[in-house]
Formats: sequence, C-alpha cells, structure tokens
Amino acid sequence: MTENPNTSKINSFQKEKNRDEMRKQIITFALMIFFTMIAFFAVMMGTSSTFVIPLILILAVVQVGFQFYYFMHMKDKGHEVPAALIYGGIFVTALVILTFVAITWW
Amino acid sequence: MSQDHSLNPETMPQDPSKATMEGKHKHLGLWIFLGGETVLFACLFGTYLALRNSTAGGPSSQDLFGLELVFLMTILLLTSSLTSVYAIYHMKNNDFKKMQLWFGITALLGIAFLAFEIYEFAHYIHDYGFTFRSSAFGSAFYALVGFHGGHVAFGLGWLITLMVRNAKRGLSLYNAPKYNTFGLYWHFIDVVWVFIFTVVYLMGMVS
Repeated sequence: MTENPNTSKINSFQKEKNRDEMRKQIITFALMIFFTMIAFFAVMMGTSSTFVIPLILILAVVQVGFQFYYFMHMKDKGHEVPAALIYGGIFVTALVILTFVAITWW
Repeated sequence: MSQDHSLNPETMPQDPSKATMEGKHKHLGLWIFLGGETVLFACLFGTYLALRNSTAGGPSSQDLFGLELVFLMTILLLTSSLTSVYAIYHMKNNDFKKMQLWFGITALLGIAFLAFEIYEFAHYIHDYGFTFRSSAFGSAFYALVGFHGGHVAFGLGWLITLMVRNAKRGLSLYNAPKYNTFGLYWHFIDVVWVFIFTVVYLMGMVS
C-alpha cells in the first residue's frame, strides 16, 4: 500500500472534517423534512391551485438540489462529470415533459 | 486484487471508496447509470403528465389518493436517505460495525416503505377496482410508481446481498466502493420519490 499517494492516517483533522460534513447533512435533512411538511400542508389547506402547484414544484426542486449537492456530494471536488450527466438528464427531462404535455394540448 | 486491501488506522485513506482506480471507475460508472435513469424516469413522468386526466370514467386521482399514507411513506424514504448518509460517514471513519448497523436501519426503512406501497396498490385494486388496465391514467400511474417501487425492491436486494457477503470481511478498499455506489443509488431513489409525491400525489389532489 505504500505506493498509494492517497493513503494517510485518519488524523484528528480528517475526523473533524467528517463530523463537520455530517452536521451540514443533518441541517440539510431537517430542511428537507420542513419543505415536505410545507408542501403537504399547502395542499391539505386547499389553497388555490394556481398558487399551490408552482410552490410545491419549487419546494421539490430545492429538496432534490440538497439531495444531489449535500447527500450525493456533488458540491465536492471532482464531480464535474457527474454534474454534466445529471444536468444532461434534466435537459432531456424538460424536453420530454414539454413534448408529451404539448401533444395532449392539440 | 492480489494485494491485501484490509484497512487499519495506519493504512486508512481519507475516502476508502475512491482510493483505488477501480473505486473511482465504479463511482463514475454509477453516475453514468444515474444519468440514464434520469432519462428513463423523465419518459415515465412525461407519460403520466400527459395521461393523468384520461380516467375513462374510472376513479380519478382525487377519488383514490390519501395524503396520510403518502406522507408516512415520504418520511420513511427521506429518513432512510439520512441513515445511509450516516453509514457512509462511519465508512469514512473506518468503523465497519456502525456502517453495517446504519445500512441495516436503511434496509428496514426501505422494507417498511415497500410494504406500505404494496398495501396502497392492493387497496386501490380491491376497494376501487383500479388496475393497470382500468384507464390510461391507471397504466401511467402503475408504470411510474411501480417502476419506482421496483427500484426500491432492487436496491434492497442489492444492499442485503452486500451486507451479508461482506459481514465477516470487514471494510476494505475492495468493498468500500461497492457500499458507496449503493449509497448514491439509494439517494437517487429518494430524488425520484420527491418528484413522485409532488407531481403524482400532491398535484393529483390539487387539480
């Protein structure tokens, strides 16, 4: 294992860094639960659909952003290719949904 | 794998899942797979959005859905996403037992989620006669939500196999990437569910 440059002891610095990241992820989780509750509450209150639908869609997008960047580490270094793949997927998603929904309008 | 990859505090790299070339490739490979999965679910979501009002006189989304059950399922899956984050945290600190414990909790939460989903589908079929063949809405609904449920079932099989196979091996540079790729897959399942509960269930109750 000596030839591996990545190999080093888990020193207290690294442990502290891991703990710090964990703390951020717990805050992320709390926010995700909070957003979920707002979305369900808004729908159960029965407010007008023109207001509720954009609100719950925005909450979903923010939640998913948290999931990708904090839980799946897309904010970390060396995640350019994963980000390109996921944004490529999101681009296709936009095209597909636009196409399929537009078909049913005509 | 001719080298001994078992880890101890002296040889522990900062991130054992990406310390080897094989590990790096597995990480990238899983992201390529997730890019493909995004497109797959995009098609299912597009179909659902196009067909969700085509009920053919059968039950509509407002007749069927109950928010309490969906809320419970959402909390279960979100929490299982956090427990797998905990598991990976313990992996980075080279604590194999705690990693297995938290992945075990993840598996239990996933099983609970799947049980509720099976109950939900059985409820629709028996109490409403709402099946895959009832209407275009029925086909699109079961295709989308069922495909997600299938992903959860596959993920559970993956996780349980991984945990049982490596139970006596301990953490090594060989199996750390395997656990890490599973963690990423599991978060992606949760991402898809966030859109399902928003687009299918919540929007189905509003309009």
